[in-house]
Amino acid sequence: MALFARTPRAPLEYAKSLWMRGWVLAVMLFLYLPLFVLMAFSFNDSKRNVVWRGFTTKYYAKAWENDQLWDAMLNSLTIAGLATVFSLIIGSMAAVMLWRFRFPLKSAVDGTMSLPIIVPEICLGVAFLVFFSWIGWPSGLPWPFNLTAIVIAHITFCFPFVTMVVRARLATFNREQEEAAKDLGAGEWQAFRDVLVPHIKPALVSGALLAFTLSLDDFVITFFTSTPGTDTFPVLVYSLVKRGVTPDINAASTILIILTVLLTAVALKFQGVKALADAH
Amino acid sequence: MAEQDWKQQKRPFAAVSLTPLFWTLLFFVIPMAFVWFYSFGRNVGLTDIDIVGTLDNYKRATEWLYLSIFLKSLAVAALVTLICLIVGFPVAMAITFASEKWRPWLLLGIMLPFWTNLLIRTYALMIVMGQQGYANKGLEALWGGASWLKTLVGLQPMETWEPLPLLYNNFAVVVGLVYVHLPFMVLPLYSALDRLDKSLIEASLDLGAGHLKTLFKVVVPLAAPGIIAGVMITLIPALGAYLTPDLMGGTDSQMIANVIERQFKRANDWPFGAALSFLLIYAMFALIALQGMRKKTGEVK
Repeated sequence: MALFARTPRAPLEYAKSLWMRGWVLAVMLFLYLPLFVLMAFSFNDSKRNVVWRGFTTKYYAKAWENDQLWDAMLNSLTIAGLATVFSLIIGSMAAVMLWRFRFPLKSAVDGTMSLPIIVPEICLGVAFLVFFSWIGWPSGLPWPFNLTAIVIAHITFCFPFVTMVVRARLATFNREQEEAAKDLGAGEWQAFRDVLVPHIKPALVSGALLAFTLSLDDFVITFFTSTPGTDTFPVLVYSLVKRGVTPDINAASTILIILTVLLTAVALKFQGVKALADAH
Repeated sequence: MAEQDWKQQKRPFAAVSLTPLFWTLLFFVIPMAFVWFYSFGRNVGLTDIDIVGTLDNYKRATEWLYLSIFLKSLAVAALVTLICLIVGFPVAMAITFASEKWRPWLLLGIMLPFWTNLLIRTYALMIVMGQQGYANKGLEALWGGASWLKTLVGLQPMETWEPLPLLYNNFAVVVGLVYVHLPFMVLPLYSALDRLDKSLIEASLDLGAGHLKTLFKVVVPLAAPGIIAGVMITLIPALGAYLTPDLMGGTDSQMIANVIERQFKRANDWPFGAALSFLLIYAMFALIALQGMRKKTGEVK
């Protein structure tokens, strides 16, 4: 096998050493084997994830007809979409504020705004539970208004990440470009829209992806802010796993994994695989 | 270019600052303040909470029962971080020194699980680690092989294989947390190693140090910021982990987040839960302050 071929190597070619390759291979197996097993069992003609009893796609049909699953998926995507849009707006505003202006208590504001990144999810979840129950947030509103509390919670923990990404990009902005635009007659808003926004566009894209992933992935905070009828996909899977294994989850999870891979592939097609290595 | 004073640019400043400031105040500072005030309160009746300024909740939190869970959570998080570091460091090294062609794919391999839903990943791991899952089957095959080898050299065969209880115990929690947090550790390690000047390693090797000595005397000290970043980024979420101990742990493997959740749901003792969550937040602050101090002493050197 070429992977384990023993060729003489230069001192720094650590990646060519045999044990290093074995190590990486073992780690990759550890990371991916469970996912492959899950995907394989979604085609298993048995209710339990234990023995292989033949190939079937009936659980995909079952998952397709499972309204609970569809509702949860729809809730998840709606919440993630709304949270992404608002996080992007609020996060970029905060980034511009912190980058451009000097104002009293700036470091306190800066610290407070990045706190949601550090504060444990459980504490944030608890805080939202206390907050929404104290102000008597109405439950049982018609869809999609019943998702408002969760969306608010998600925006709160997503936008600091957008701020972080956008701020890093703003640091490379040459403010003379903005000055030039203004000298040539652009107003404050026009300079912002036509000069600054195009510059931070890559950061907006990666910030949006980050916010969307974080929101879609979140379990703990959603768990504490959800009311009946607002189950997201992770909350539904959680309650199903707690109750015992149902093969529908395997099928739905497999579809979600494949979607993740496809989305990644699309993103890579636009950005190029090389960009990954340079992103750091 | 220098920052502008907000007073000279009042309207643009207001345009970008009012929304984020308002949002942070209303939906972050105020909810956290509620929890903080509740931690000094006590239950009156079933649903009412009286904020009386008592320290009883904190006193109760320092009872051995809760203190031991706190210490255990810290120990579990530290162990998970250590395992992630030991497992992740060679991976980060391999990615750094991989060929141009392989590097992005290896990175992608580490990042893809990070984009996959946490619950799906936990559930997948639970399938593999179950009583009759593939981890047990693999071990059984190894056991059978070893037994066969023993008979081959004329020894007694080993006893028949008993499936190991891999799931629903502390071991499962540690494995689950490592599984979830490994990518968090590898990425900062990689970005630190990638920035490292490779000629320093060559110099060390040329001057007669072995690979291991070079690793510990040159690579590790130079990559220290990345190592610290990786440790923090793994330790902090692992300390506050809720999902993994809840799903994969047994009755004795609850961590502090599970205790907090119980106070807010089943036990319905919000003031005590509030005190516990603030203790957890203070623990995070202490960890971050510790890191900040390290950084400063490092700069002085």
